[in-house]
Amino acid sequence: MFDIIRKSLKTGIVTAKYPQSPAEVSSQARGRPEIDFAHWKDARPAVAACATGALAFTDEGRERTVTFDLAKCTFCGLCAESAAAIRMTRQYELAARRREDLKMVARYELAAEGAQSKLLSLSGPNGCASEPIDSPHGCDPRRRGPSPGYAIGASANEEARTASLESVGTQLNERVSQVLGRSLHIREVDAGSCNGCEVEIVGLNSPVYDLERFGIHFVASPRHADMLLVTGPVSRNMELALRKTYNAMPEPRLVVAVGACGCSGGIFGRNYATLGGVDKVLPVDIYIPGCPPNPCALLQGILLAIGKLYSRA
Amino acid sequence: MLPGLEPIVSDLTERFRAHVNGVRLERANEVYLDADVEAVPGVCARLYRNWNGRLVSLFADDARQESAMFHLYYVFGLDAAHGFIVLRVPVAPGQARFTSLSNAVPAANWQEREIQDLFGLKLEGHPNPRRCALHDDWPEVYPLRKDFPLCAALPPFQGERHKFRNVEGEGVFQVPVGPVHAGIIEPGHFLFSVAGEPVLYLQIRLFYTHKGTEKLFENIPVAHGVRLAESISGDSSFAHATAFCHAIERAANVQAPPRARALRTICLELERLYNHIADIGAIATDVAFAVANAHAMRLKERVLRLNEMLTGNRLLRGMACLGGVRFDWEADQIGALKAFTGELRPEFDSLVQLIQASSSTRDRLETTGILTPETARDLGVVGIAGRASGFDHDLRRDFPHAAYDRARFLVPVYRQGDVLRRMQVRIDEVGESLGIMDQIIQGLPPGGIATPLPPLPPNAVALGYVEGWRGEIFHWIRTGGGDRLARCKVKDPSLQNWPALSEAILGNIVPDFPVVNKSFNLSYSGTDR
Repeated sequence: MFDIIRKSLKTGIVTAKYPQSPAEVSSQARGRPEIDFAHWKDARPAVAACATGALAFTDEGRERTVTFDLAKCTFCGLCAESAAAIRMTRQYELAARRREDLKMVARYELAAEGAQSKLLSLSGPNGCASEPIDSPHGCDPRRRGPSPGYAIGASANEEARTASLESVGTQLNERVSQVLGRSLHIREVDAGSCNGCEVEIVGLNSPVYDLERFGIHFVASPRHADMLLVTGPVSRNMELALRKTYNAMPEPRLVVAVGACGCSGGIFGRNYATLGGVDKVLPVDIYIPGCPPNPCALLQGILLAIGKLYSRA
Repeated sequence: MLPGLEPIVSDLTERFRAHVNGVRLERANEVYLDADVEAVPGVCARLYRNWNGRLVSLFADDARQESAMFHLYYVFGLDAAHGFIVLRVPVAPGQARFTSLSNAVPAANWQEREIQDLFGLKLEGHPNPRRCALHDDWPEVYPLRKDFPLCAALPPFQGERHKFRNVEGEGVFQVPVGPVHAGIIEPGHFLFSVAGEPVLYLQIRLFYTHKGTEKLFENIPVAHGVRLAESISGDSSFAHATAFCHAIERAANVQAPPRARALRTICLELERLYNHIADIGAIATDVAFAVANAHAMRLKERVLRLNEMLTGNRLLRGMACLGGVRFDWEADQIGALKAFTGELRPEFDSLVQLIQASSSTRDRLETTGILTPETARDLGVVGIAGRASGFDHDLRRDFPHAAYDRARFLVPVYRQGDVLRRMQVRIDEVGESLGIMDQIIQGLPPGGIATPLPPLPPNAVALGYVEGWRGEIFHWIRTGGGDRLARCKVKDPSLQNWPALSEAILGNIVPDFPVVNKSFNLSYSGTDR
């Protein structure tokens, strides 16, 4: 027992400061891709490189419509390798309340040989996609940054985002106590995931992310839960179990779709064995993109969901 | 042909002269025997009993378009000869039936039933021919037949109608668990039959996360297959992606350059590290030693951050690519990796000391969940669980891939087969992993990190393999036209190992199930695909 205590004291506190300060993300990390729509000359190579269909286009006459769906994106970075107008940022706080907030649509005029000559219109969420993220070293290891390891709070924009998150964080205890009597209970359901999201969700219980410090607990039964955290494209074999789990929850209840597969079906999409994203089966309150989302991205989504619960109560 | 394979192949062709129609040497360690379906019991028994062959994969392929036949493939691993012998037999579509091998080779059990479900080839003489991959309420469809469309719309799921076996007797109770579990884990259903605390019988129902992965492989460009392979089993993303790349590279007759093979080796070891460390912590948690788990989680987080610094993703996703790897590492990244292995070693040793100093932990783990070497051999148990039950085997040593031929390491083997030994295998392997990484970093070859792939020849077959952290992973492919595959068979070690859990839990008490299950830590998604 003495050894156990001594080791704990020697180790000290390892808990990340997030959301009070930004998460420690490596300078190499790949987050949301950023597209310079105005200077994008040809969407075809990037669309061909995309394995999940996050990037897609349709041509009609002299016009091309390009969609970028963050809910399907796995941040693999292959599009950025095939298009100069795309680069990978380190941005990971991407949770959204509505599915359409993750989608961008650009309309182009087509030149000869199928290239894009002029951007006609761009629609999409303002705050999310068109905000320039000035990350000085990007994340492509071939465009290397000056320092190895972890850069914290790399840019003014990220700091601004963090400031808003911090206010979320400081209001959190108050909100949780008002709505839920000082706690939020989460039931996690894997509705067909590859287990990647679970690797990170388990990490929320680690001393590094320590979800319990916010009064948030994972519980064993949906009867005790306020929130359903669902991963995976919903498989045909899990649909009924997922519905039953949801129906067993008391009101008010929240559903959070986790990961590219949970948000949209991801690389599996819809096929004979899967139904696609969680919202094909349950009403989803928050979408957390990523493949898998890192623990801070999960935390941000959960905090956003609590705000939603607050406004509903 | 590898010299070790020659006597085996000539023995088989002699002995089964009447039924063996040809021998094809696809690669030095990969020999195909074309035979009639009548040859299956004899050839397999000969390989299994006399040549110590292991049935590592058994699958079907719908080749009706090319040769008007279904083909069954029986892949045997000959560890001593360092090669694979693949028996291929045709099944006529009009007949659409095949004879079970499960009574002679129990390892065939689930794989044969999967063929029956997904290809509609009727299984004869199987001891338990119930549905396996498709649940009981599925209509009569055969998804892996070529005439079944990927996006076929099926009626919605109406609930499980599976008939479990009855276990009856005075004081016998059934305890159903899942598919939604109490913890943050994948879905599966366990039905315990208990008399008081001890478990009399355990029935495992899986395939809740069946996602049509193998069908999907046939419908996407080969390059996208790498990304799909990363999503077969999330905690083995890199191992599965690398096994897939290995198969494609073998089919195209190219080899990844030395530096790429070295980087692959390091990534495979990083994957092993974070999973082994997490499992050691989780085993401690399941016997209520939470402090040990807290330290393990802390170390696991460090590995995940290192992964991100080296590959841009915490689970090493996006790193694999056909012909090599996508990202080279610069001096500062390699420096950080070196420093990391130096720092992790004492930290990990201290964690192990903490666990081993706890006599109550040892008391819970020792003699719990025993899998005997005999049962392990019958079921073809591989990986950690196999090595803890006396099976001295590791693809990294017996079938060197990536850059494992350039590293010296030991394969830990124990015979007791209990939870303690499955944890001890992990503890030993973490030490060996760090040693492998140090050796590879020491002699990191210069040069390119990816060989460009020529166009794939049509109808080429190849077996790719990797020793993942759980055990051996196989991807078998047959190329179609252009950049498409006609078939991709994925074999995760979990499929082989799940039935062993039912054996290991017998006689143990229900409260020990979580720790026994965790000591195997099998992948549901890798099994279900």
